[in-house]
Amino acid sequence: MAEIVKVGMADLNLCQAPDGITTLGLGSCVGVALREPGKPWGGLAHVMLPDSTAINSNGPVNIPKFADTGVDELIKRMVGKGCNKAKLVAKIAGGAQMFAHTTNDKMMRVGDRNVEAVKKKLAQHHIPILAEDTGLNYGRTVIFYPETGDFVIRSVGKPDKTI
Amino acid sequence: MADTMSLNDVNSMYFDVLKEIGNIGAGNATTALAQMLGTKVDMSVPQVSLLEFKDVGEIVGGEELIMVGILLGVEGDITGSIMFMIEKEGARHLTNKLMMGMGASQPGEDFNEMELSALREVGNIITGAYLNALSGLTNLCIYPSTPDLTVDMAGAILSVPAIQFGIQGDQILLIKNNFFDEVELDGFFILLPDVESYGTILKALGISSL
Repeated sequence: MAEIVKVGMADLNLCQAPDGITTLGLGSCVGVALREPGKPWGGLAHVMLPDSTAINSNGPVNIPKFADTGVDELIKRMVGKGCNKAKLVAKIAGGAQMFAHTTNDKMMRVGDRNVEAVKKKLAQHHIPILAEDTGLNYGRTVIFYPETGDFVIRSVGKPDKTI
Repeated sequence: MADTMSLNDVNSMYFDVLKEIGNIGAGNATTALAQMLGTKVDMSVPQVSLLEFKDVGEIVGGEELIMVGILLGVEGDITGSIMFMIEKEGARHLTNKLMMGMGASQPGEDFNEMELSALREVGNIITGAYLNALSGLTNLCIYPSTPDLTVDMAGAILSVPAIQFGIQGDQILLIKNNFFDEVELDGFFILLPDVESYGTILKALGISSL
């Protein structure tokens, strides 16, 4: 029976077809789904901030928290399972602006900046983005099925859509 | 800069401070709510929690639980934001009371303009109560500005404070307040000072920064 692997905030994981992989309530965070069509493996990362190098942290970097390190790590794990990086494809969602007024300039447009950072990192790896549901001002739950590549998006007050 | 501290350094000192703010703020908020609703409102002891990002969704009732989130900018001697969250149907209970049953939308429906307006008012009053607590404790001049409201999944709303905390660490500080009117309501309060303001708050409380 197919199961759904759950990914939390600042987290990433892989699943194997026929299973799906999900992350709930993406607000300004971005969900990045990867697969190599024809292979059973799917990966999903839930990233919160654009750039690990922009922050002085005392400890080790929390890899899945940042778009740059999170996407790198997701790709590494997929390749570790036997995927061919040159054949990986991506779908992304999230990066909303949940509140209209943001006074703190570090938080300004963080949703947009997360999307930009994810796109930049995927472009560096030459991974095409086949579909996206990003921006605007509402939250999204996503479920990714590597078997079909279906990326199901659930939002409050809207019908589910699959991209 | 002397006032810049990592959240990890700050946490242990800050935690007890936040408990104090939570207590006083909740007391103020309960009084204010009671006045607003014209009924007696009780509260339980506020719980202050320092949570991993992955656990915070569960604490508020689930990442997909639909909640009302109110975010206010904070200005004065400190800058930043404060957020208040309450589950949607719990919020509806408050608006129904305030509007005395007139022009209310049905359970499960979206809030109409009047209800949203009433919710903003409730949000202003509750967050104002916490800010007064902080102001009173610190003798700092702190006032709210630019309120904003959204109704959405808890996880999505929480991404805003989580990302802010995420700049400095991997945990989020949250105050949970239980209010009892005729029904039990859980309110969640998150104080989000800008990095520079942590030091200001602690200094004002006589806790020296490192």
